[in-house]
Amino acid sequence: MVSDQDDVVVISEGLTKRFGDFTAVDNVSFRIRAGEVLGYLGPNGSGKTTTIRMLLGLLLPSAGQSQVLGFDSVDEAEDIRQRVGYMSQKFALYDELTSFENLTFYAGVYGIRDPDELTATINLLGLENIQNERASDLPLGWRQRLALATAIVHKPTILFLDEPTSGVDPGARRDFWDLIYELAESGVTILVTTHYMDEAEYCTRVGFMRRGRLMAVGTPTELKESEVAGAVWRVHCTPLLASLDFLETLPIVRNVSLSGNHLRAITEEKSSAQNLEQALDAAGLRDVHIQETAPTLEDVFLSLAGN
Amino acid sequence: MTDDILIEAKHLWKRFGDKVAVEDVSLQIRAGEVYGLMGPDGAGKSTVIRLLCGAYAQDEGEVFLSGRRLTSEPDNARANLGYLSQRFSLYSDLTVLENLRFFAEVRGISGEDWRQRAQETLEFVDMAEFSNRKAGALSGGMKQKLGLAAAMIHQPEILLLDEPSSGVDPVTRQAFWRLLVRLLQGGVAALLSTPYMDEAMRCNRVGFMSEGRILLEGEPQDLTKYLEGRLLRVRGESIRAIARIAREIPSVESVQPFGDRIHLRIAAGTERQVIKEVQKAVDNAGLHATSIRSASPDLEDVFVDLLEQ
Repeated sequence: MVSDQDDVVVISEGLTKRFGDFTAVDNVSFRIRAGEVLGYLGPNGSGKTTTIRMLLGLLLPSAGQSQVLGFDSVDEAEDIRQRVGYMSQKFALYDELTSFENLTFYAGVYGIRDPDELTATINLLGLENIQNERASDLPLGWRQRLALATAIVHKPTILFLDEPTSGVDPGARRDFWDLIYELAESGVTILVTTHYMDEAEYCTRVGFMRRGRLMAVGTPTELKESEVAGAVWRVHCTPLLASLDFLETLPIVRNVSLSGNHLRAITEEKSSAQNLEQALDAAGLRDVHIQETAPTLEDVFLSLAGN
Repeated sequence: MTDDILIEAKHLWKRFGDKVAVEDVSLQIRAGEVYGLMGPDGAGKSTVIRLLCGAYAQDEGEVFLSGRRLTSEPDNARANLGYLSQRFSLYSDLTVLENLRFFAEVRGISGEDWRQRAQETLEFVDMAEFSNRKAGALSGGMKQKLGLAAAMIHQPEILLLDEPSSGVDPVTRQAFWRLLVRLLQGGVAALLSTPYMDEAMRCNRVGFMSEGRILLEGEPQDLTKYLEGRLLRVRGESIRAIARIAREIPSVESVQPFGDRIHLRIAAGTERQVIKEVQKAVDNAGLHATSIRSASPDLEDVFVDLLEQ
């Protein structure tokens, strides 16, 4: 396996993992270029974590191969692990130790003894005020930051973040993404998994996983253009469920979903709002109001899953 | 009119040691209504739900289900209750149908009645063809649906759902919401907790929880109103550098990063003036903003704003 682009830092070719007769990861291929933030998006159990574990050489693939920074994931796993940072879903923190002690421990694992480097990491993540608190006493948002600190204390060039924002409040999520971008700006390549669609909007490129398969990869804009071919409409009307059932029968409607107090319909072509309005009116549905809206990554997922 | 209130909590308090997990929470949820409880992990959402179903006893306050006081008539109050817990576990070595039989028996559905009820429920959740599959061999989304089926096997008029669609894909969430809307139309009252803002938008009313308290409650469309005209969205190259500059502008109240864009919160009525100020400051710094314009607030903006206060 030779990379055809100098700046490709992760290559996955046909990665597959089977557990018994269950295929957790099914023929997954993608590349990550230096400096990218690649969002790996999918529900629980779709194969995101298994893919990361194979890339890092923590799990042997059933088929396929991968390279990280030019090192083979199976034969040169040690070389990879020295150079990458990994924040697993279950933060690997020592509850009995303080934040500072946790950080010192991880730095030691990577042979870092210089106190200035520790201080730099503490400052970067704003951990100054919690240095002496035990990890078990920290709220989830701070544990998450500390876990990130332990993953970057050795200044890795690639960072693998597995569901880092799961369960933290929206404010902490945004702050965390701010940190991700700060790291990306300083040249770190990032692969981050999430099941929040809105977070995927922040990524340079996004990959959609479902049932072990990588359905599509691209920039958010590319995916919206390629996967949501027609137009997206906000449809207000009553009764809601009858309207939904009716829209599903219309040939011009590719997908229709419930969205808050209204429906969201994706049409095949740039058909006019009038067409939809007339059809709904003719079917006896009331209070019809239709408005075009911009596609989201959730629309992309629903379109991909529907195909 | 209060007789269609199916779920009612009056000034609930719950402490664990010296930690106050639920602080003076009151709720009223009517037939046909779904109420969304939002908030970060540890805010107290699950504790509220466990108090409502009687799994925890409150330190103070009262719970009424279908008008019956939970502490004085627990069996009657809970007869019409379906509860789906966050880490709901099925018997993975039993089939779908056997699982439902178990839950039906727990609910006192007798003899042969359970079979018809189970069949109807499976059809309702669109799983009839999987009746004989072992629960352990179901996908995550189907386990979720089976959990819901088990919670509603006795046709309850109250549903308490603790993060019912956390971590499942949008297709499954769609299917779940369609089921829920049908149940609501049949007069069910539901309370669900969710970490997803877009899911909260689908509820009739939402409550924001933080540190045990409901900070704000109302219809989703109304809750965002106070931020109307007070948000600007800025895009541009070096967006983080632009964010740093924006933080120095006195008329900008707060700056929130969103990946390739930032949101600025401003005072009402200052939009035009602030757009000019931001444009000027960005230009002066030799940076380039590709667009600065007003943005419509969503629940996440409201939530972040509340938590900042």
